[in-house]
Amino acid sequence: MDWYPLYNSLRIALISSGIVFFAGVFAAYYIAKLNPVAKGVLDVILTLPLVLPPTVVGYFLLLFLGTKRPVGMWFLDQLGIKMVMTWYSGIFAASAVAFPLMYRTARGAFESFDETLAYAGQTLGLSGTYIFWRIRLPACRQGIMAGLVLAFARALGEYGATSMLAGYTPGRTATISTTVYQLWRTDNDELAFRWVMVNMAISAVVLLAVNMLEKGNRGRRKG
Amino acid sequence: MSLYVDISKDLGSFRLSAQFEAENDVTGILGASGCGKSMTLKCIAGIMKPDRGRIVLNETVLFDSEKKISLPPQKRHIGLLFQNYALFPHMTVEKNLMTARRTVERDEKKARKAVGEMIERFYLTGLENHRPDQLSGGQQQRTALARILLTNPRLLMLDEPFSALDGYLRWNLELELMDILKEFENTVLFVSHSRDEIYRLCDKACVMDQGKSTPVVPVKTMFDEPETLAACMLSGCKNYSQAQPGWDPDGGEVRKRWVYAKDWGVRLECRHGVSGDIAYIGVRSHYIHILSDREEERPNMFSCRILRIVEDVFNMVIMVTPLNPGSDSARLRLEMPKEEWRTYANGEKGNGGDIIRVWIAPHDILLLRE
Repeated sequence: MDWYPLYNSLRIALISSGIVFFAGVFAAYYIAKLNPVAKGVLDVILTLPLVLPPTVVGYFLLLFLGTKRPVGMWFLDQLGIKMVMTWYSGIFAASAVAFPLMYRTARGAFESFDETLAYAGQTLGLSGTYIFWRIRLPACRQGIMAGLVLAFARALGEYGATSMLAGYTPGRTATISTTVYQLWRTDNDELAFRWVMVNMAISAVVLLAVNMLEKGNRGRRKG
Repeated sequence: MSLYVDISKDLGSFRLSAQFEAENDVTGILGASGCGKSMTLKCIAGIMKPDRGRIVLNETVLFDSEKKISLPPQKRHIGLLFQNYALFPHMTVEKNLMTARRTVERDEKKARKAVGEMIERFYLTGLENHRPDQLSGGQQQRTALARILLTNPRLLMLDEPFSALDGYLRWNLELELMDILKEFENTVLFVSHSRDEIYRLCDKACVMDQGKSTPVVPVKTMFDEPETLAACMLSGCKNYSQAQPGWDPDGGEVRKRWVYAKDWGVRLECRHGVSGDIAYIGVRSHYIHILSDREEERPNMFSCRILRIVEDVFNMVIMVTPLNPGSDSARLRLEMPKEEWRTYANGEKGNGGDIIRVWIAPHDILLLRE
C-alpha cells in the first residue's frame, strides 16, 4: 500500500490549519471592531465558502490561480511557480474551505471576551502585542482551539475544491479523499475500504483529542 | 502633585462634562449609576478619548485636544481598579502580579522580590498559585490592588471598589482600604454611588449628575451644606420643597432670611439671607422635630397630620402631610430613635390621623440651587 496520500493529506491539512489559524484570528479580531455595516458585509463574504459547494469555491480559486488567469500567470511567468495541479494547490483549496470555520469560532470567542481585561492590561503598561497574545488569546483559547480543530478536520477531508485545483496524480497530488474516489471509480473496492478505515482512524483521533482538551480545560478551571 | 481634569464628550443622548481638580489626597466622585463617573475615569486613564478638553497630572499633559496631545494609557502611569477587578483569569496570582511588575522592572530577580513583598503585605501568602476564580471577593480585590501598586502609579483610581461584595465583608475591606490609601502617597480618585463610602474614605468630593460635575469641596461641607438639589439628594436628604426666596404669601414685610416653601405651604426662617437663585430647600428627616403640646409656639412651626408610622431597625419613620393651603400632596419624612418616639407617643398623640406640631430649626434648612 502506497502511503503517499496519507502523507500528502496530513501536510496539506497541517499547513492550511496554520494559515487559517492566523488569517482567521486576525480577521476575527479586526472585523469585530468594525462598524455594523462593514462588519455585516465582510461577514457574509468571509463565511460564504462555508455554505457554497466546494466545487464553486474551486471554480473561484481557478478564476484567479489558473495558469491563464492573472494571478496564476504572474506566478508562473515571474517566479516559475505553477499554482494549480501541484501538491500545494491542495493547500489553497483546503485553506479557502476551512477558513470560515476558524474565523467564525474565533469571532464568537472574541466577542465574549471581557474587554476590561484589555483595558486593565493597558493601564498596567502592557503593550498591545502582549495583551493580544498573552491575554486575549489565552482567555479565548477554548473557542480558538475548537475552531482550529474544526478547521483541521475540514481541511483533512476536503475533496471538491482540491480535486479541481490539484487534480489526482498518484504520488504527486493524491490525497486520501481523492484516492478513495479514484479507487472506487476503478473498482478497487478493497483498497478504497482500507483508505476509508485510515480516514476514520484519523478522525477518531482528532475527536478524541478535542474531548481530552475540553476535559483538561474543565479540570483546570475547577482546580 | 495634582490632577487637573476639564473634559467633555458627546455621546448623542448623553453629554459628559467633567471639570475638577484633585490634590494629593483622596478625592471622591459621588453619583448615581450611569451618571458618567466610570466614563470620566476611563477618559483619565486613556481608555476612552474625550472630544474636547485637557487632562494634566503632576505637570504632565496627558490629554489636550487643542494641542492634539493624547498619551496612550501605557504612558500615563495611572492605576485603575475596575469594578470586577479585571484579573487575568488564566494566570495565577503570582503571574498576575509579575506581569504588572515587569512593565516597570526589567530585572526578573528584583521583580520577583517586589512581588514577594507585595504578596506578604496584602495577605496573599499561600495563594500565589491560585487562579482568580479560586479566590474570594476580598482576595481578588487585594490581588488587583497589589497588581496596580506594583506598577508605581502616579494616580490611583478606584471605580466602585465594593460593588461586587456584600455586607460584612465589605466593611472589613473598607477598613483595609483605608490603611492602604493612607500609605499611598499620590493622588487617589474614589468613585462611588454610596454617600457613606465617600464620607468615610474621602477628604474631598464632588457630585456628578447626568454627566456634569460640581466643584470639589471638603466632604464635611458637601454633606452639611450641599449646594444643589442633586448633591443634596445624593447626600441622603429626604425632604424637599420648591422654594421662593424672600416671599411671604400674606404679603407681609419681606425679610432677607425668609423663604417660602411652596410645596409645604409654609414660610420658613433661615439662618442667613436667602439669595435669589435658591430654587429648592431640603430638610433631613432627623431635623424635623415634633413639639409636644406643652411647648410654646415659635417660628418655623407648623401642623401636620400623621399618615403612617413605620418601624425601622433602630429608628421610627413617621410620614406626615402638612396642614397648610395647597400642601395636600406633600409628604414629609420624619425620623427619630425609637426611644425618643416612645417618650413622645406615650403621653401624647402617636397614631395615624393624629395632628402634630413639627418644627425645623433655621440652621437645619438647606438652601439649594437647581
